[in-house]
Amino acid sequence: MISLWFSIIVVVILILIPTIGSSSAALQSLFGIVIPYAAIITFLAGFVYRVLNWAKSPVPFRITTTCGQQKSLPWIKNSKLEAPHNAWGVVRRMALEIFFFRSLFRNTKVELRDGPRLVYGSSKWLWAAGLAFHYSFLVIFIRHFKYFVEPIPGWVSLVQSLDAFFQIGLPVIFLTDAVILASVGYLFFRRLCDDKIRYISHAADYFPLLLILSIATTGILMRYFFKVDIVNVKQLGTGLLSFNPHLPQGIGPLFYVHLFLVCTLIAYFPFSKLMHLGGVFLSPTRNLANNNRMKRHQNVWNFPVKMHTYDEYEEEFHKVMKAADIPLDKE
Amino acid sequence: MAEFKLKPEELGRINYQPPRKGWMDPHVDIRKGTYCYGAVPETLRYLDLPFPKKWQPNDADWQLPPNWKEIIFEGMRQRLNKFRSFKIFMDVCVRCGACADKCHYFIGSGDPKNMPVLRAELLRSVYRRDFTLAGKLMGKMIGARELNEEVLREWFYYFYQCTECRRCSVFCPYGIDTAEITMMGRELLNLLGLSIEWICTPLSNCFRTGNHLGIQPHGFKDSIEFAVDELAELTGIQVNVPINEKGHDILFVTPSADYFGSPHYFTLLGYFSLFHEIGLNYTMSSYASDGGNFGLFHSHEMMKRLNSKIYLEAERLGVKWILGGECGHMWRVLHQYMDTMNGPADFLQVPKSPMTGTVFENAASTKMVHITEFTADLIKHNKLKLDPSRNNHWRATFHDSCNPARAMGLIEEPRYVIRNVMNHFYEMPENTIKEQTFCCGSGSGLGTDENMEMRLRGGLPRANAVKHMKETKDVNLLLCICAIDKATLPPLLEYWVPGVEVAGVHELVGNALVMKGEKVRDTDLRGQPLQGKE
Repeated sequence: MISLWFSIIVVVILILIPTIGSSSAALQSLFGIVIPYAAIITFLAGFVYRVLNWAKSPVPFRITTTCGQQKSLPWIKNSKLEAPHNAWGVVRRMALEIFFFRSLFRNTKVELRDGPRLVYGSSKWLWAAGLAFHYSFLVIFIRHFKYFVEPIPGWVSLVQSLDAFFQIGLPVIFLTDAVILASVGYLFFRRLCDDKIRYISHAADYFPLLLILSIATTGILMRYFFKVDIVNVKQLGTGLLSFNPHLPQGIGPLFYVHLFLVCTLIAYFPFSKLMHLGGVFLSPTRNLANNNRMKRHQNVWNFPVKMHTYDEYEEEFHKVMKAADIPLDKE
Repeated sequence: MAEFKLKPEELGRINYQPPRKGWMDPHVDIRKGTYCYGAVPETLRYLDLPFPKKWQPNDADWQLPPNWKEIIFEGMRQRLNKFRSFKIFMDVCVRCGACADKCHYFIGSGDPKNMPVLRAELLRSVYRRDFTLAGKLMGKMIGARELNEEVLREWFYYFYQCTECRRCSVFCPYGIDTAEITMMGRELLNLLGLSIEWICTPLSNCFRTGNHLGIQPHGFKDSIEFAVDELAELTGIQVNVPINEKGHDILFVTPSADYFGSPHYFTLLGYFSLFHEIGLNYTMSSYASDGGNFGLFHSHEMMKRLNSKIYLEAERLGVKWILGGECGHMWRVLHQYMDTMNGPADFLQVPKSPMTGTVFENAASTKMVHITEFTADLIKHNKLKLDPSRNNHWRATFHDSCNPARAMGLIEEPRYVIRNVMNHFYEMPENTIKEQTFCCGSGSGLGTDENMEMRLRGGLPRANAVKHMKETKDVNLLLCICAIDKATLPPLLEYWVPGVEVAGVHELVGNALVMKGEKVRDTDLRGQPLQGKE
């Protein structure tokens, strides 16, 4: 539980820093300009470094995990998605994994009853919450483009209007605001309430959830309750993106809290488990075709090993082989 | 088996509640019945492996060299640079817990460190502290731990409580494969001479004699001839099994247990009947007298050293292609490693069935065909005369072995064969077969008597599904295509679900195969009376 409290304290501190700091006009440029740039640079450099570092290690063997029928005899239907035998199949398998969390969709829950008797039930909540969280995050990310570019691209407006489809409330409530709170909340409470998951959780697991929850909450507060001056925010955003930063006055501390938390998330990203975003593409059990016996896979560091040759074998066992009438190379 | 006292009801009371105290302070209780004996020094010496010593895992003193930590760190560094899998799997886990209850050892023991995620964290915690910036800065808060002897003990205990079955990797959203992590963990332990007897003795046997049992060439020939005689008695047909003969088309390689173990042996009789009946032009080899490869459970290097014999022998004997018998881990090595490690096999030809003309394009590079692929093709082309009623005394279900299912995708071939050679075949529940199949609980070199409690625990999910089939479909036979299964499922079933036998698929092929000139068949290959002939 220490790791949970640790994460909570860190997030509270991260909220307090800009709350106090941004009241000073001198520090506003730090929070509004310097830190966002620094965060983005850290993210880009860190992300690229991590991916290159992974890519630097070769893939010596083709260790696909097959989750379906291989391609073998022509009359046996092979599973092109679960055991793909070519690149196109792999692309589709990866797409299912990345866009729909295919593997997580398989999730089951085992239950032990008297007997003993094991029962397997379907368990899709983790999959549903995971998917809901990632997609609402994506939509919210896209919606925020409007703060960085003028004119707002049509597709951004389209995403936004779809997100506000139900036209409830004023300002109109975005579906994703509700979904992200619910899904991240579920993921967080699941971690706390499921004994097994709590047992395996580190601060590194609680912290990103709390951070994202805080980001979403501050964003929602600004939109629905404590309005900030959108025009000023957009000035800051477009300035940052065009490398011509300009700090408008009177944006208010809530905005700086939101921005600072986002910067923390961005900068923290490459050093954390959030790098699964990059890693999922490189996972050798998923991104390789199950064509091992069709096409030879090269290992760049394939090395000679000490073998026991047939000649050595025959020499050692020559007498008994001869007596047993087993054919020999050397009589 | 005799010394195992706990009743199934007692062993089946499993507590899944993790302890209140976290796992970061290393602690492990190396308990009798749940670990395998340490490797004996002679075997390590024979194989030129480091730090041979007389040693047992529950010893207080593990006789580690003074610089053991440096050896481990250097070993980790090398492997991180050589295996992208290892690096990625150390970095991307989000601890979502989807894998937790997918492991047969966790289901059977409730030990939280048997959750695949935590098994990997045992290694990751050390990786974080010594190989990542965040771990150096944040330490325990993000799950980074210092390497010490107790951590090393945890590694040993839990990396030898993983059968490398890869069931968890099916469910992991990032495809993290615990088998890969266990393989790395075991390789690191090997650097300090910490391995188990049941792996290293077969390794040194196999390196010397060509098979894990250490059977010398004349002994090999004897057991084959014995089987040939037995088959003559059962069927009235004298088959011929060439050994080490040049000039044949096909090299047949099968796990050594097939000619020395039971019920494997009846599968061997099945192969021989089949090969005779179709007039296959093949030879076996005493030098490559084991397709099984315990190197997979030890290190990539040992895997390569043992596997090298198959291609070397195929080349020496001048065959066209290679046919492989029923075995699980053997087929992982053949399918995923052999060609890369010891190929290219450009001295061989793309396998072509001499009976049907089918070209096995799926083996175009490796040039090795699985026996169920071969037999399924024969049956499909009506090349076999089969009498499925000769298996009417069996009501069977099929256990997918881990490696053929999750490392090859060999799922329908054995089923096609089974459906054609018998009348009473029933599938186990969906969550326990095909890619979701459960391990026998004794794979990856853990099938020792001293490890019986853990084996029975790990085998519970498999046995439980079989029990369900016995209760609902009156099943009395569990079919499989793996030598380790055939050795370890019988005691498992005897414990959890008595009354169900174990057999290889080709045993039933042998039963059903109507051979030209055979005598009136009153018994199956086991010598048991056929239905209606009791």
